[in-house]
Amino acid sequence: MAEKLGREAAKHVAELAKLSFTDQELDQFVPQLEETMHLFDDLQQMDTTGVEPMYSPTTEVNGMREDVAEKSGQKEALLQNAPETKNGLIKVPAIIDESED
Amino acid sequence: MNFETTIGLEVHVELKTKSKIYSPSPVSYGVAPNENTNVIDWGYPGVLPSLNKGVVRDGIMAGLALHAQISKHMHFDRKNYFYPDNPKAYQITQSETPIAHDGWIEIEVNGKKKKIGIAEMHIEEDAGKNTHTGQYSYVDLNRQGTPLIEIVSKPDIASPEEAVAYLEALRQRIQFTGISDVKMEEGSMRVDTNISVRPIGSDKFGTKTEMKNINSFNFVKNALEFEQKRHQAVILSGGKIVQETRRYDEPTKTTVSMRTKEGSDDYRYFPEPDLPPLEVADEWIEEIRGEMPQMPGERREHYVKDLGLTDYDAMVLTQTKEMADFFEAAVATGADAKRLANYLMNDVNSYLNDEHVDLQDTKLTPDHLAGMVKLIDNGTISSKMAKKVFAGIIDGEEPAAFAKAHGLVQMSDPAELQPIIDDVLDNNEQSIIDFKNGKDRAIGFLVGQIMKQTRGKANPKIVNQLLMKSLNAR
Repeated sequence: MAEKLGREAAKHVAELAKLSFTDQELDQFVPQLEETMHLFDDLQQMDTTGVEPMYSPTTEVNGMREDVAEKSGQKEALLQNAPETKNGLIKVPAIIDESED
Repeated sequence: MNFETTIGLEVHVELKTKSKIYSPSPVSYGVAPNENTNVIDWGYPGVLPSLNKGVVRDGIMAGLALHAQISKHMHFDRKNYFYPDNPKAYQITQSETPIAHDGWIEIEVNGKKKKIGIAEMHIEEDAGKNTHTGQYSYVDLNRQGTPLIEIVSKPDIASPEEAVAYLEALRQRIQFTGISDVKMEEGSMRVDTNISVRPIGSDKFGTKTEMKNINSFNFVKNALEFEQKRHQAVILSGGKIVQETRRYDEPTKTTVSMRTKEGSDDYRYFPEPDLPPLEVADEWIEEIRGEMPQMPGERREHYVKDLGLTDYDAMVLTQTKEMADFFEAAVATGADAKRLANYLMNDVNSYLNDEHVDLQDTKLTPDHLAGMVKLIDNGTISSKMAKKVFAGIIDGEEPAAFAKAHGLVQMSDPAELQPIIDDVLDNNEQSIIDFKNGKDRAIGFLVGQIMKQTRGKANPKIVNQLLMKSLNAR
């Protein structure tokens, strides 16, 4: 049996998704999320001994493309979907540097 | 209390493929912001990544260059995090099935050789670039999707010196495969470090601290030396090292804690559903092995054993593949290897340093440098004249034609030199008497006079021969 999600874990997952919930919202969401987790518990009951994990929904392997560069020519169209731009850059609220590699 | 240090390094290397790892957008530099982007790079809904075969090939080649085992079955994994330079809100990387694993490279510190293990190598995508000014940050997604290889060492590194030796050896081997520029200063090679310290004999590793994106070999050494001392001091004073990410601060040569929220490193990896798994055939691995350029170690051995260079010469000439290839092409024309090596290590290297360019950016060709060396060896030009000829060939001039056009050709014809020598002797009776009386200095004076008459163009070797003959005949 998977453990209950719990309020703290729900808050943590929300934080990872850059979301913040009020206490009221948490009252509503935690039971809903736990219900979803129970469905996974049901799945966990299945005996999967000897079954290979499925990494892809298709049976295709080695779907690779040759290394050929193509310019999209879509820069302007793409930038139109950014809330704000400046000199061809996407303008976003100031972010503290916690960048990842 | 005596301590031992354990260091592990994570190196990211940017590949020089034509297109990105999961989209056909070009990988190129110096273009306008967001020019090299398409809907896939921006993570638009409904788009699908497509894997660049060239990246897989380069990853396999890097694995082979680091003596690693290539994985025959792989898939990609999704690493989830939210950040503006990462529009999909996940990075497609490899976690469960690295492209290569269990490799090693050899390093040498203070004459002692040691093998450093490579735990894993992954192929993955780079993120975009943020710049920050005041209230806002600005995002350029050109770098988003640029292919990277992540190379994770085993914790076999026991000192900051070994760490730098490992990085240098790694940089060289990757550089020689030709898959990356591996330039720290340009960000095509980036280093993250992990270090811990424990009392000798302790069966448990100490708590480690991490530093990310250190951008020079020197800074890596300074940062690790500082951390090593700091860990020891904390342990000696009865304190505890906190597991954290720190930042190297060059002005003070210290490291400072970067406040990281506890438990924020939770990437919830899962297998990437948008890319099919890979099966790597043995034939493909062997094909790539066949394309692998010779590594620096083998070349050094050849230079020392077969070409008579010193270990130091061989080391300098194998700093980059371009330099080594150039040297070998010049040697192949039959020019003297030692003299070629000297020109490459001195005149060529100081030119490259002064002009801040790479060898391949100049117009110098192996044929031209070899040609100049042959002109010196056959006496057509003096090594002094060669300095001027060098200025021509570095700009793409052909050495023999350039020397001729600029009057940089030695007078070596006895028929031309003899009358000048006779003339100088006729006008310097006293020097002849001095010579007969055993004063060898007189020869130097006479040679000087002949050089003056020929404005420095006389071939000194021929002049000496003719002069001795003439003096003895008088």
